[in-house]
Amino acid sequence: MLTIDERIKCTVMDLIKYVQEKFVETKEFPSFAAGDTITVYYQIREGEKTRTQFFRGDVLQRSGSGTTETFTIRKMSGNIGVERIFPVNMPNLEKIEVNKRGKVRRARIFYQRERTGKSARIKERRG
Amino acid sequence: MPGLIGKKIGMTSIFDADGKNQPCTVIELGPCVVTQLKTEDVDGYAAVQIGFGDQKNPVQAAAGHANKANTTAKKKYVEFKDFAEGAVSLGDVLTVEMFEEGEFVDIVGTTKGKGFQGVVRRHGFAGVGQSTHGQHNRLRAPGSIGAGSDPSRVFKGTRMGGRMGVDRVKIQNLQVLKIDTEQNLLVVKGSVPGAKQSLVIVEK
Repeated sequence: MLTIDERIKCTVMDLIKYVQEKFVETKEFPSFAAGDTITVYYQIREGEKTRTQFFRGDVLQRSGSGTTETFTIRKMSGNIGVERIFPVNMPNLEKIEVNKRGKVRRARIFYQRERTGKSARIKERRG
Repeated sequence: MPGLIGKKIGMTSIFDADGKNQPCTVIELGPCVVTQLKTEDVDGYAAVQIGFGDQKNPVQAAAGHANKANTTAKKKYVEFKDFAEGAVSLGDVLTVEMFEEGEFVDIVGTTKGKGFQGVVRRHGFAGVGQSTHGQHNRLRAPGSIGAGSDPSRVFKGTRMGGRMGVDRVKIQNLQVLKIDTEQNLLVVKGSVPGAKQSLVIVEK
C-alpha cells in the first residue's frame, strides 16, 4: 500500500512523464556508454542553409534519464580538449556511429580530462 | 484580467520548432467552476468568482454556497474582475482551452519558505569589511541600523534579518508553449513561483 504522499508523488511524476512523452520526440540510437568512441552527426543552420557537421570523441558520461537525458563527449583538437554536451533527443541530431567500445570501470570518466598522450588511451572492449 | 486556478506539477524541458531546448513548467489548470457572479447592485463591484479543486470535508456553509452553482465545495476561490460581460454564467466550467499556444500569461504563486534568513540572503547586503587582514565575525553583518541619540529609535521598515519566502509573487509574460486538453495541462516557458503541488493563478 502506498501512503497518501507517495500516491500524490506518483501522479505528479506521471503527468510530467505524460508531457515528455507527448511533446518530445524520442530517437533511436545504438546503445553506447562512457568510454566509447562515437561520431555524432548533427545539423547546423547557417543563415538559410543547413548542413551536417560531425563531432567525434570519447563519451565521458550519460546524464539524466528519460527524455531529458544528455551525454558528454570529449575530443582533442590539437592540444586543446573540446567537450560538447548533446541532449539525446535533440531534433538536430541525425545519427550516432559507435566507432569503438571502450573498457572503463566507471560510469563517468572525468579523470580523462587530466590525462594526455599515452595515459589517455582507453582499452578496447572485445566481444 | 480573466484567468484560471491551477496546480503546479513540476518542471521539465521540451524542444521548440527551432529545435531549441526550452525549460518549462507543467501546470494542471482547471477545470474551474464559476461559483458566483458579483454585481454592482448587490455587492458594490462586478466580478466573477471561480473555484478549483474539491474540499475533503466541507462545512455546510461552504457546501451551500457551492450548491447555488450546482457543484461541490471548492478548495480555492478567486475573483476575477475582467471577464467579458455576459461571457460566463453561474455553474459554467472553464477549462484550459481558454488559453492559446504562443500567448503570454501572468502567473501568481506563493514562493517556497526559506525560514529565518540574514540580511545578506534576504536583502542582498554585502556584509561588513573584508574577509582577510585579521577581520573576523563581521562578514555577514548588517552594519549600522541608524543614528544614535537622535532619533533614539530604529525607523520602521529598516531592513533586517527575519522570515523569508512565502510571498505572493506574480511572474509576468510567460509564454505558453503547449496545451493539453485531455489532462488539462498548460506548459509555460520558464519557472513559476512555489513548490510542486502548490496552487497558482494563471491570468490572461
